[in-house]
Amino acid sequence: MQPLLIKAILVVIIFVITLLVALYATFAERKVSAIMQDRIGPNRAGPFGLLQPLADGVKMFMKEELIPSLSNKWLFIIGPCIALLTSFMTGVVIPWGGSITIGETTFDLQITDLNIGILYLFGVVSMGVYGIMIGGWASNNKFSLIGAIRASSQMISYEIAMGLAIIALVMTTGTLSLKDIVMQQDAGFANIVYQPVGFLIFLICAFAETNRAPFDMPECETELIGGYHTEYSSLKLGFYLFAEYINMFVSSAVIACFYFGGYNFPFQTELQNWLGFSNNVLSILQVLAMFGKVLFFIFFFMWVRWTIPRFRYDQLMTLGWKILLPLALINIFITGIVMYFSGSIN
Amino acid sequence: MLTNRSKQVVKKEMTWVEKAYLPAIFQGLIITFKHIFKKKATIRYPEQKRPIAPVYRGQHVLKRDESGAERCTACGLCAVACPAEAITMVAAERTKDEVSLYREEKYASVYEINMLRCIFCGLCEEACPKEAIFLTDRIVPSTFERHEFIFGKDILVEPVNERLDVTKRQTPEVLEFKKDKKHKHNLTFLDKVIVKKSRH
Repeated sequence: MQPLLIKAILVVIIFVITLLVALYATFAERKVSAIMQDRIGPNRAGPFGLLQPLADGVKMFMKEELIPSLSNKWLFIIGPCIALLTSFMTGVVIPWGGSITIGETTFDLQITDLNIGILYLFGVVSMGVYGIMIGGWASNNKFSLIGAIRASSQMISYEIAMGLAIIALVMTTGTLSLKDIVMQQDAGFANIVYQPVGFLIFLICAFAETNRAPFDMPECETELIGGYHTEYSSLKLGFYLFAEYINMFVSSAVIACFYFGGYNFPFQTELQNWLGFSNNVLSILQVLAMFGKVLFFIFFFMWVRWTIPRFRYDQLMTLGWKILLPLALINIFITGIVMYFSGSIN
Repeated sequence: MLTNRSKQVVKKEMTWVEKAYLPAIFQGLIITFKHIFKKKATIRYPEQKRPIAPVYRGQHVLKRDESGAERCTACGLCAVACPAEAITMVAAERTKDEVSLYREEKYASVYEINMLRCIFCGLCEEACPKEAIFLTDRIVPSTFERHEFIFGKDILVEPVNERLDVTKRQTPEVLEFKKDKKHKHNLTFLDKVIVKKSRH
């Protein structure tokens, strides 16, 4: 098969899976919130309410499409598109499994292995804030604007701590490619053992970057009536909500890749030697392991949302600038010292 | 100290561990996780129903007597008793060929209860001297239109072949209570005339 064709098929598959996961994440969110509050949650549409996302989607399509008369119409439409586009783009560099051989050709279960994957990831993620900012600005609504301002300041603040947390990881792994980072963890310990503080900072920042509770200041239903998407309805609102869940999916995948060994699972080579299955079977098992990790982190995102109340705005800024940023710097410093004395750098 | 659960609030400096905030978050996460396994409070309504009292005051019924004739004589006492002013009626005189339909010479040609006004207090039932109106344990169904909540005789009068059992609301105590003329609301018009006459 042509390499390009394989890539195209892979792109479509990952696109569809991303959509499906995001779709069912909306359902899972409602279910998780329900069972944590001793309720049952949606259970009417289909068996166990499994068709609920479809019903929600149809509802989103059918709603009246409103564009405020005093809004900037082009920006108003572009905003949600950028939000959705950037959230889809981040999934490109994530390795979902090992390689699969069909006939003569061998291909990786990753759309593209950029040697600067982390940089690309951060570039695209920071583009994501434009979707929110443009949408909030174009709405011509004070709540939207406050939400957008909060979103931009929050994302910029936490991106710094996030980047610094990753620098410590890059120091230990010595690469910016996600595939390499994951492959380094195929035996021995996962990166969380070497970078526990870095993981914690990254996790907290991931919550802030995806605008999830307790960092959901930009949305803030209770005080900003939806924040940047106050004026949005119908499909454009759906885009924003969908982008949030895709972001959640992708950041779960990134956390899994960076700190939990990505698609690797414990004792995989031993298992392969013992049972003697082919590399293709191993790759499929690895994909399952990857999705297990991702789904756990998606659950964790929801779990935290339904546990912790929202931060106050000054607390948010204090946490970002006064705690996480120095902590990340100290983490880099200590990582450097340990690496120097252990002889990995000189 | 009624429940022994009150705690003395102490405003003290937080310790280093408390300031770190993460142990508290972890505790919170454990609490929410435990709730996953707890019994759910939800009652799946159309399939499951909350148990209701045998004398529940729900949708009204206009009773028929043993021979199937309507008991209501359109005296209007229920409408007068109704604190929400939900009941209206139009009285009519029975013709000869309607003898089997209506118990007495006067009957209600129109009898309407506005279920949006009704507060289900049961005063109409108490006021009724003819044992004609009762509240039942049926819940008034919801609809989308306001006018659909004005229940006429077509809904209120019980069907001849599907009699509703209201004996639970007709306990001997209730019947006795209704006979007791020392309560003003149990007086019929005739009683009042008699009382007035005896005063003079």
